[in-house]
Amino acid sequence: MSTSIVLQAKGINKFFSDPVPQQVLKDIHFTITSGEFVSVVGKSGCGKSTLLYILSTMDTDYTGELFLDGEKMSNQSESTLAAIRNKKIGFVFQFHYLLNEFTVLENVSLPAYKLNALPKEAIHDKAIQLLKKLGIEHLALKRANLLSGGEKQRVAIARAMINDPIIIMGDEPTGNLDKKNTAIVFDIFKELTMEFQQTLLIVTHDDAFARNTSRTIVMDDGKIVESGL
Amino acid sequence: MSSFRLLFEVALALMQARRKQTIVAGVGVLFSIAMFITLLGFMNGLNMLLDGLILNRTPHVRLYNEVKARPKQVSEEYFNDTSKKYFVSSVRPFKVRKDIYNSASILKSLQQDIRVAGIAPRVSVQVFFTIGSIDLAAVVNGIDVPAEIKLFNFKDYVPEGNPIDAMNIPNSIILGKGIAEKLMVQLGDMVPVTTSAGERYTLKVVGIFQSGIADYDKVTCFASLATTQKLLIQNSNYISDIQIKLKDLTTAPLLAQEFAKKYQVDAEDIQTANAQFETGSDVRSIISYAVGITLLVVAGFGIYNILNMMIYEKMDTIAILKATGFSGKDVQSIFIYIALTIGIIGGVCGVLVGLLLSYGIDQIPFITPALPTVKTFPVDYNPKYYVTATVFAIVTTYLAGYFPAKKASVVDPVVIIRGK
Repeated sequence: MSTSIVLQAKGINKFFSDPVPQQVLKDIHFTITSGEFVSVVGKSGCGKSTLLYILSTMDTDYTGELFLDGEKMSNQSESTLAAIRNKKIGFVFQFHYLLNEFTVLENVSLPAYKLNALPKEAIHDKAIQLLKKLGIEHLALKRANLLSGGEKQRVAIARAMINDPIIIMGDEPTGNLDKKNTAIVFDIFKELTMEFQQTLLIVTHDDAFARNTSRTIVMDDGKIVESGL
Repeated sequence: MSSFRLLFEVALALMQARRKQTIVAGVGVLFSIAMFITLLGFMNGLNMLLDGLILNRTPHVRLYNEVKARPKQVSEEYFNDTSKKYFVSSVRPFKVRKDIYNSASILKSLQQDIRVAGIAPRVSVQVFFTIGSIDLAAVVNGIDVPAEIKLFNFKDYVPEGNPIDAMNIPNSIILGKGIAEKLMVQLGDMVPVTTSAGERYTLKVVGIFQSGIADYDKVTCFASLATTQKLLIQNSNYISDIQIKLKDLTTAPLLAQEFAKKYQVDAEDIQTANAQFETGSDVRSIISYAVGITLLVVAGFGIYNILNMMIYEKMDTIAILKATGFSGKDVQSIFIYIALTIGIIGGVCGVLVGLLLSYGIDQIPFITPALPTVKTFPVDYNPKYYVTATVFAIVTTYLAGYFPAKKASVVDPVVIIRGK
């Protein structure tokens, strides 16, 4: 895979008006190229999560321009953005956010059902492959609410990967895990970049985690103070 | 997997997660639909029964000669000067013939009219029944028996005897139940009859008539046209009333005017003769619809509440669906599918339960001397109510689902996900 620009932010500003007017992101510029394993660190409240949600297209209330895979994301309609999120972005949250009504297999398959590019059996095969790679294929038919925290987070990673996204974003994916599970999740991320050249953008305040990524962006008070390049 | 199936499966999963509430909502719809159908069916069954008491026996248009004053006094015609006023005191009705002039050709002309469903000529005569020293006054209606049976369900009102015998047996009579009781006669007995002209006859009782209106049954008897004409000493063209049943009841007032002009007789339409019955049944219908619709609206609020609650409980699910690529519209569809599923399943079960309840009411004995043909409570199984109830259930549940669904569609996933 040749290196190309996956994500580009140009002059992103964001204001909160509640409770007091406040600028939380100040003129953010940066690019991420494919195959990078980027971590974003910074103090609590420095705007790193806010930035991530803008980059993920879920938050559209900002000024500036955002390009994903060369396509401009700013000012797109809600349903277009939903379709892009479905196809191109995988998401892992701090809290696993699985759907308790579904089995692990269905949770992983859900974004692929939505994409509707493959028949159901093919999606299931692919989901099983992913679960196998993450070492939890034996849990495939269990209900999501019966899993442990580390297992749930691995299911969430599998779900993020099901549509072969061009980038996986994580908001403190290890923030809620113990050391052992943090290590497992980190190893999985590492493996994804090494083996599959998967682009990753992970927000964390775990310095040890950040040190081991290929590039670390440091933010402070709404600005990028160190772009890691 | 099609988009519809996927969203529907998510909707099903959400319903399963809140099975109890979903069932409660569905039962609400079921109950209201069942009650709506039962109430309207029963109400309208009664309405039809009561209206039928009068309307079945009332011709749509009746042609007759009315006793009345001259429309224009002779003095007015003679002087013919509108600038002056003429006063004539003690105006009396002028002499009119009681029978319809040229009745044979009117009957023929009416039979050929395509707007007319059927006609039944009548002639009536005042008579006295004598029991000992007491004279009982009554009216004998001479009727065309087969036509009356066909057009006005005459058979339903003759619980004893066969009405067709009145035509087949000469000098026979069908007595009103009230009269028969007073005369203490039974089928096959002979009764003496005196006409107002003083002629005496003896007639054989071949049937007992019971209309359900006791006062009417005390003064009304029926006989064939020929027998009645004989009582009057008139020929077979002597007809005092022509009763017309129309194909379309609503055209009665218009046609009554037309016939009156065409045949030079008086004509009365059913709407004028029985205006109060229509008003009564309309009001009853409106009340039952109002109650039924209230039930459905209450069920709608139930669904609205449950969906609202479900949305608050399932904020995380909505957020995750949105984060993984479901649009606001998809989320809206999911909640609308939930509402519609509850509405359709509840509605269909409600229709079945409503049908069962109606059938149950239909089995309850309801025997009253006033209504000889009625043995159980009347129920109207008109499909109109079932269709109305189903359509209304779907519309109500859709609306009840629409607003919560709209709310779910604008849930901001960032707020939910970060809010933890």
